Amino acid sequence: MSMQISKTLDLKGLSCPLPIVKTAQGIKEVSSGELLEALATDPGSVADFNAWCKSTGNELIEQGQDGDVYRFLIRKK
Amino acid sequence: MPAKVVVLGGGVGGTLTANLLAKKLGRDGKVTVVDPTGMHHYQPGYLYLALGHTNGRWLVRDERTLLRKDIDLVVEGATKVDPEAGVVQLELGGTLDFDYAVLSTGARLVPDQIPGLVEGSQEFYSLEGAQRLREELRRFKGGRIRVGIAGVPYKCPPAPVEFVFMVEEYLRDRGIRDKSEITLLSPLNRAFTIESASKVIQPIMEQRGIELSTFFNVEEVDPSAGTVSSLEGEKAEYDLLVLVPPHRGQQLVIDSGLGDASGWLPTDKHTLQVVGQDRIFAIGDATNLPISKSGSTAHFEAPVVASRIASLVRGTAPKENYGGRVMCFLETGNGKATVLRFDYEHPPAPPQPNLVWHAAKWMFNRMYWQTVPQGRLPDTLPLPIPTGRSES
Repeated sequence: MSMQISKTLDLKGLSCPLPIVKTAQGIKEVSSGELLEALATDPGSVADFNAWCKSTGNELIEQGQDGDVYRFLIRKK
Repeated sequence: MPAKVVVLGGGVGGTLTANLLAKKLGRDGKVTVVDPTGMHHYQPGYLYLALGHTNGRWLVRDERTLLRKDIDLVVEGATKVDPEAGVVQLELGGTLDFDYAVLSTGARLVPDQIPGLVEGSQEFYSLEGAQRLREELRRFKGGRIRVGIAGVPYKCPPAPVEFVFMVEEYLRDRGIRDKSEITLLSPLNRAFTIESASKVIQPIMEQRGIELSTFFNVEEVDPSAGTVSSLEGEKAEYDLLVLVPPHRGQQLVIDSGLGDASGWLPTDKHTLQVVGQDRIFAIGDATNLPISKSGSTAHFEAPVVASRIASLVRGTAPKENYGGRVMCFLETGNGKATVLRFDYEHPPAPPQPNLVWHAAKWMFNRMYWQTVPQGRLPDTLPLPIPTGRSES
């Protein structure tokens, strides 16, 4: 499987629960198996993205932090 | 020449700012409030109206009666603000010049953004919606009640949680609780966005047999099938569906080229100035600030805006800043409530719900018309309200 990102969501500056809501909307626009990248600054998003992926069955394949920005890479189920 | 200040919107933020500013400026300024209806709604009352605790008449007053006599009130919609020229255009073709403008234009409901929502669901975010819901509840004989949020951001974040607690009590009082199922559809994996509040709320939901459906971001409603579905692919059947409609900023904000894609005003979190605009301030639900859209927010922002404009008019450096202060009561039913007090740096640490906070909310509801719009409520309450430790 390729590591090409199909869509990136800029969720910086948004507060809870907007990052999750926008991701739930954004993932509708990529196909199964494709990668969605989400960039957020809300510290609560780390726990929320982990729980959301677990609950929805989408795979959180990478997560990291660069300064204030949290990055999540999600493979759609 | 007195400085001209135009306040767009006669809600809690606009009314309080206008009253404080007119008092501060005296003869140095002339304040004009522009409001499309001229009627001031106490929006926190919609929840109580929907549950039959009050009537609609108590929730609406003539804006004129809430403003100081030296303030002009123009009852007409505004269509555009031109920041460079300092002109507000009015619906019927007139204009108003300003040296400073305050955009306290609030949020509007856009239920048609969600397919099926208008036909299939109820709401308590407008006077008419709350009255309809009250009638629906009266007719309700038991069944599945689903309560959720159809878009963020939305006003008064605790309201859906308060509604499930209060409707649970309502059904018990009517003797149909055992024939009913109540579910809160949450966009997250907890009952409320703020974790410390969820920790207080969720055990009470469990005790009362209120179910929580997590990661349920509403996508559409199918009124004929009686189902609501989520972006996450879940579907829930309902007999009574209560959804907070999606919100947007006002069309006037978009048409003036001042707002973001959703119509919210990019606003400096401390000075409350619209970003890039020296003489335009924003307040309350109209801003894009990452903080609750609530009357309480506008209430604490108003003195900051009034003070800053007064300083600018007098040619002195504005000193007051908004620290993100908000205080919300959260009703949990059975005559109890808790309180959320927080700011940009401190998350809330809500106490266990008790009778005192419910009584405080009851008093606030009763005192509102005589105190809040006029700026008569003391800035600090003589009651200890904890906040959490600083996040920074």
